[in-house]
Amino acid sequence: MIRDRTLSKRRQPERPSLPADQASIVSAVLAANQLDPTRLLVVLQQVQHELGFVPNDAVGQIAVGLGLSRAEVHGVISFYHDIRTEPAGRHVLKVCQAESCQATGGRALTQHIQDVVGCELGDTSADGAITLEAVYCLGLCAASPAVMIDERPIARVTVARIDRVVESARSAS
Amino acid sequence: MSAPSNMRVFVPCDALSIALGADEVADRLVAEAASRSLDVTVVRNGSHGLFWLEPMVEVEVDGVRHAYGPIDADDVPELLDAGLLEAGPHRTSLGPTHSIPELERQTRLTFARVGVIDPRSLDDYLAHGGFDGLRRALTMAPGDVVGEIETSGLRGRGGAAFPTGIKWRTVLGAPATPKYVVANADEGDSGTFADRMVMEGDPFCLIEAMAIAAHAVGASHGVIYCRSEYPHAIATLEYCIDVAPQHGWLGSGIAGSGLDFDIEVRVGAGAYICGEETSMLESIEGKRGMVRPKPPLPALEGLYGKPTVVNNIITLASVPWILANGGAAYSAHGVGRSSGTLPVQLAGNIRRGGLVEVPFGITVRELIEGYGGGTASGRPARAVQIGGPLGAYFHDGQLDTVLDYEAIAAAGGLLGHGGVVVFDDTIDMAAQARFAMEFCAAESCGKCTPCRIGSTRGVELIDKIVIGERRSADVAQLEELCDVLEHGSLCALGGLTPYPVRSAMQHFPEDFGLGDRNSDQNFEQKVGESN
Ligand SMILES: Cc1cc2nc3c(=O)[nH]c(=O)nc-3n(C[C@H](O)[C@H](O)[C@H](O)COP(=O)(O)O)c2cc1C
Ligand code: SF4
Ligand code: FES
Repeated sequence: MIRDRTLSKRRQPERPSLPADQASIVSAVLAANQLDPTRLLVVLQQVQHELGFVPNDAVGQIAVGLGLSRAEVHGVISFYHDIRTEPAGRHVLKVCQAESCQATGGRALTQHIQDVVGCELGDTSADGAITLEAVYCLGLCAASPAVMIDERPIARVTVARIDRVVESARSAS
Repeated sequence: MSAPSNMRVFVPCDALSIALGADEVADRLVAEAASRSLDVTVVRNGSHGLFWLEPMVEVEVDGVRHAYGPIDADDVPELLDAGLLEAGPHRTSLGPTHSIPELERQTRLTFARVGVIDPRSLDDYLAHGGFDGLRRALTMAPGDVVGEIETSGLRGRGGAAFPTGIKWRTVLGAPATPKYVVANADEGDSGTFADRMVMEGDPFCLIEAMAIAAHAVGASHGVIYCRSEYPHAIATLEYCIDVAPQHGWLGSGIAGSGLDFDIEVRVGAGAYICGEETSMLESIEGKRGMVRPKPPLPALEGLYGKPTVVNNIITLASVPWILANGGAAYSAHGVGRSSGTLPVQLAGNIRRGGLVEVPFGITVRELIEGYGGGTASGRPARAVQIGGPLGAYFHDGQLDTVLDYEAIAAAGGLLGHGGVVVFDDTIDMAAQARFAMEFCAAESCGKCTPCRIGSTRGVELIDKIVIGERRSADVAQLEELCDVLEHGSLCALGGLTPYPVRSAMQHFPEDFGLGDRNSDQNFEQKVGESN
């Protein structure tokens, strides 16, 4: 298998290929999607659901499985904000950056969240507990500002509320 | 008196109700009812859309629903003590739900069932007129079903306001097969949540609508493309498209007719541009969401190159009512070429945020003051963005503009998906204009240079205008950039980003260091003066 150096050299220079357990999960996902290339995005979403991210070393296997080029698979991975190529923290906190939340103190709230979590949007806290992500509208705008932690939505967010959310995310595994 | 038996208490399962604590309220009700040996069923309904009252609890007594809200989980014991099950008085009492003023004044056609029924119950759906539209459609020739939509005057609620009947007629006339129906549930616009409320509150309505569309145009497959930010909607849709075929409402021979039609849910992956219909089709085909040039129209060469109806969720959700009641009954509402009702979404800094379905023709002021009750902060409203991130900012003097596609366009804006976001006087409009450019840069599909690169240049120019070293030259350059975006973009992301930017600068020049707004002097003059 040809390794994609540009994408994998940063984090896993030594890893020759996907560990066997991960490879078999990817195979199962490919089979469940009938090796159908039009289901590439679905495959990536399911791999991410299973593994928590789409490892760069899975790209070759997915490309071969669906009869696509590696460039095509990379192209799709890089296009969609949701698809991550590195593991996230134990919890993902999405913080709405869109207009309705801006109108209700969302910018200051975002700053506060970055301060208490200790990283910027797009990064993971040093203890690996929380990944912060920017999101553009959660459809909760009738009670902005809003965030979503894992798949739990929280609206009319206050500083006190978010502090409790962050605290319990840190202590929970 | 014996304890009431077999009582139904309603607590919404809508994502925003949950975000405000509805699950905790429902859990507590179940636990308290059990410990008091009360014969209570907690039904998870959709939300009526009165979100300042959520979580709302309703009890049905003698066929009338009585509302309480907002309710915290800790209020539950006290609420039961106050006689919830007999609709007893409590400080959170709102009276009979249907006579809550903000609900009573609405014209709920598309949202008639949302908040009322248990979204996962097919029986509830059928008991509230569900599938009446499809039943009638199946007795009609496809061309006559399209005719009914044409008569209704229904226009697309996803943003472009294109007449739905014309779109369906085109797909019906296309010879190629198979044909597809794609429901656009990408709902990326800030300030909008009507699609979400339908999917979470009345999902069988969407299924019925898609089946009607399939019969009308001769389609055999449907796809609902739902954004990933809506996990609750996705779960509800998946549940319902699983249940519907078991009762003959999807699959082969729908409702005993010759119609074969199935639906698949596809989930987006965080790309705003995938709400644009051709980008969405690419995404469903598993590719990058690059916008396709038009022509060919998706109606003729859409999904997998085949004839495809692409409609917004609200457009579709309006269809069963139209088929059940007739196109003329729908077009009896509204004004001019804006026929029927619009589910408006009140958001941002607003006291009574929520969904308001009203006939076209009401003023923006009536919406944000009459229904919305002004700002949440209590400060003066300064700006209102209508129509999502690509919509214009309106200032106070424009609020008497009437809600209708043409009137909003004449005022320099667009109605889009019906989102209304209110800002109070603490807002910095230069920051809002800057954000519009940033958003364009972040969400561009990358096909057109002005959109991909020009937008970043736009951010820099706005920063420079605010700093003000060579303000008039920078303003001129920004104007030029807006022209290029407007005329040199393949789709409305690049093409409409100038709307929020220009309107912010025109109506709120003081925030850009351009002196005060003066309505009888045009903007160029003001720019000249300030330098
Ligand atoms: C950048 C962009 C984003 C869009 N996002 C959405 C969306 O989230 N939902 C939607 O229904 N239409 C969206 N549209 C409009 C669609 O392209 C299309 O017009 C619509 O889905 C057609 O359905 P309708 O006629 O029922 O409105 C978007 C358009 C553009 C240019
Ligand atoms: S205007 Fe922007 S989003 Fe639209 S096609 Fe061009 S580059 Fe893509
Ligand atoms: S803008 Fe933040 S939830 Fe919609």
